[in-house]
Amino acid sequence: MDHPASSAASVDETEALTARVAAAAAARQPLRLHANNSKAFYGNPGGGDPLDVSGHRGLISYQPTELMVTVRAGTPLRELEAELAAAGQMLPFEPPHFGGGGSIGGAVAAGLAGPARPFRGAVRDALLGVRILNGRGEVLRFGGEVVKNVAGYDLSRPMAGALGTLGVLLDVSLKVVPQPEVEATRTLEVDAGSTWQQVHAALMAGCPISAAVHDGERLHLRLSGSDSGVRAATRQIGGDTPDDGDAFWGALRDHTLGFFQESHPPLWRLSLPPATAAPELPGARLLDWAGQQVWLRSDAPADQVRAATETLGGHATLWRGQTEPAAPAFHPPSPGVARLNRQLKEALDPHHILNPGRFDPAL
Amino acid sequence: MADPRAPYRDEDLHFDYDRRTFLNRLHRLLPRADQVIDDTEGLRPYECDGLAAYRQLPVAVAIPETTEQAQAVLALCHELGVPVTARGAGTSLSAGALPHPQGIVLSLARFNRILELDPLRRTARVQPGVRNLAVTEAARPHGLYYAPDPSSQIACSIGGNVAENAGGVHCLKYGLTVHNVLAATVLTPAGERVQIGSAALDAPGYDLMALYTGSEGMLGVIVEATVRLLPEPVHKEVLLAAFPTVEAGGHAVAGVIGAGIIPAGLEMMDGPAIRAAEDFVQAGYPTDAAAILIAELDGAPDEVAETVSRLSELLRQHGASEVRVAADATEQARFWAGRKAAFPAVGRISPDYYCMDGTIPRHQLARVLTGIDALSREYGLRVVNVFHAGDGNLHPLVLYDGNVPGEFERTEELGRRILELCVDAGGTVTGEHGVGLEKIDAMCHQFRPAELEQFHAVKAAFDATGCLNPGKAVPTLHRCAEFGALHVHRGQLPHPELERF
Repeated sequence: MDHPASSAASVDETEALTARVAAAAAARQPLRLHANNSKAFYGNPGGGDPLDVSGHRGLISYQPTELMVTVRAGTPLRELEAELAAAGQMLPFEPPHFGGGGSIGGAVAAGLAGPARPFRGAVRDALLGVRILNGRGEVLRFGGEVVKNVAGYDLSRPMAGALGTLGVLLDVSLKVVPQPEVEATRTLEVDAGSTWQQVHAALMAGCPISAAVHDGERLHLRLSGSDSGVRAATRQIGGDTPDDGDAFWGALRDHTLGFFQESHPPLWRLSLPPATAAPELPGARLLDWAGQQVWLRSDAPADQVRAATETLGGHATLWRGQTEPAAPAFHPPSPGVARLNRQLKEALDPHHILNPGRFDPAL
Repeated sequence: MADPRAPYRDEDLHFDYDRRTFLNRLHRLLPRADQVIDDTEGLRPYECDGLAAYRQLPVAVAIPETTEQAQAVLALCHELGVPVTARGAGTSLSAGALPHPQGIVLSLARFNRILELDPLRRTARVQPGVRNLAVTEAARPHGLYYAPDPSSQIACSIGGNVAENAGGVHCLKYGLTVHNVLAATVLTPAGERVQIGSAALDAPGYDLMALYTGSEGMLGVIVEATVRLLPEPVHKEVLLAAFPTVEAGGHAVAGVIGAGIIPAGLEMMDGPAIRAAEDFVQAGYPTDAAAILIAELDGAPDEVAETVSRLSELLRQHGASEVRVAADATEQARFWAGRKAAFPAVGRISPDYYCMDGTIPRHQLARVLTGIDALSREYGLRVVNVFHAGDGNLHPLVLYDGNVPGEFERTEELGRRILELCVDAGGTVTGEHGVGLEKIDAMCHQFRPAELEQFHAVKAAFDATGCLNPGKAVPTLHRCAEFGALHVHRGQLPHPELERF
């Protein structure tokens, strides 16, 4: 059942990439990692010589019965997902395709997950292993191709969301899951403030919810499972069948919904604890992840957005747009966490050559 | 049992400080008599963890009751350069909590309170000494449970679970500890307190929660954890299938998963394990089978019913001679009872047993089991196999008699060869028990020098004085060089079996 990568799209550039990183390390020359640049807007601006990893591509191994795929980081997301779909499988974390593009390495490095995140886990939850180049230009393998693996420190999961600042991803091994037999969407005319309670009640009743978003007018619930399971949940939940079921979830995932299309005011992503009402801030909002990921379009000063979110136990990312005064993209961590971040960064990239500044202006 | 052993090496034993000064100051920090133990008889219960073959008395045991006390103890040890081995319930199967001869054991046993359980948020904030099962017991009245369920769950503590990234029988569907812990309060080696992770679904900065989970007490000490709780499944079914060969069982596992069915638990036992368990708990297992699979399905009733019939059909197609569906909760519990009692059951048929913990890709099962069988015969030691089949985590139990001189050493060597087999099959030396001291040499086989050096660089960045759990988890290159040399030497001998006697 091994699915060899189609030879046209399979290129191993480990040697060339290693040489580039080793040379940069020797010269203390910062590198700016990229593949398709579909997420170039995300995070802080970084500098350095461009290092294009998109040529390092292709499936390395995929056995559907292992529920695992190992793939080179430059492989287009679309290509990988098509390969998985052909075997009736998918990535659990539903990565966004911004502008239709993106590589699997970029998806892992950005650590961004789609609407299924609260129900099927984050990128890091699916990341079983990596082969990386550290900031010294050494090729290292951490984790592996099996779900259970506790040998050595877990240096693979922290790569998810590190924006390439802890290592250049060469290959990633990811857990995959079967595609659901059936999907259905229900919409309910309920108050946005009741989102968590609605979803909580449905989950406690055993409904196979795989996405839950409130758009300000109605709650959209996606059900994924067996035919009988989805039918039973539909009866339980009630509500209406929308006209654009599947299209809505794709547009939400890829930010092509109208809400995401404006260029002003700045777009914020608020990550909140469960069962937490979104903070009192001016601006339009969309509640994804059953209310744990709030998209906010607001002119409020960055400090105000961050303080209001932090008070609730969450954190705020400036997703797109500029605030006045300018603010870093990511919520500043506590001094203790900032110190641990620096320790980890310096252990993996002692010369600070990998995407300096991109993740944290101080790193 | 083998002779008490303390497999620390000279390079791990370089901690030099004035013991009297240290103990005086420790007593001042923890003034109550029951908070510091430093007499030999009192230290005895701490000399080993769940892997009793390794024993070592520490200098003292410190039993703080507040985070401030734990911080003060760490700060003192940091200042004087005293090794610290954190210990929860001491159920580690890898000597992860084995004391250091020059250091203290930092017992977190009195950090035993559930601080908060929020049924609407579906989270619990707990101290590290809380027992794993106690979390589920507290959550059950709210229709919730804590998913990771290592077989020691009656005794093992959450702090230890986080330190080892503990698993259990439901990992395939519900993940390991790393998937179920949201946030933690950790103390750095200097005793500073840092909150990592988040009650939200992500946190700013690097994923430190993932880094600390499974770090075996080498990077920090956990004094609080926030775990997520899952809704109890509305409906559950348990199936038992018997197979004429282990290979057929292995193929059935691949077939089930390839068909898109993800059971909540999928366990395999081989013939000797079946018979030992049956003799012990009378689970009603077919004792003539070469292997059985136990599968648990959960979800909404209609969905589960549909899956039960698909799964039964698939198991038969893959050669199951018999498929039983438990009729009720009592029978479900009985199907599981044998599996859960497998280790003590094996304990009844052998004076001692040694539990391995390799993980392999599922499709390598037949090959690895054949290899284990060959090794078993080569070493003249019986091996019984219990297997978390769904996620490829193999627990071969090597039966031995510690009273026979040299038998434990042979057992350890056989164990190491089994782990090498797992690594060579694309797996790992430990799926859920941790490296500790037990598997430290096997790490040399799984990782290359540059990778081990990277681990040491991380360790040095987080624990510059190296006081936290020295000598564990990651071997020095020096250790590997000696171990590797030994290895090659053996491989070159024409009659390797002569070497062992």
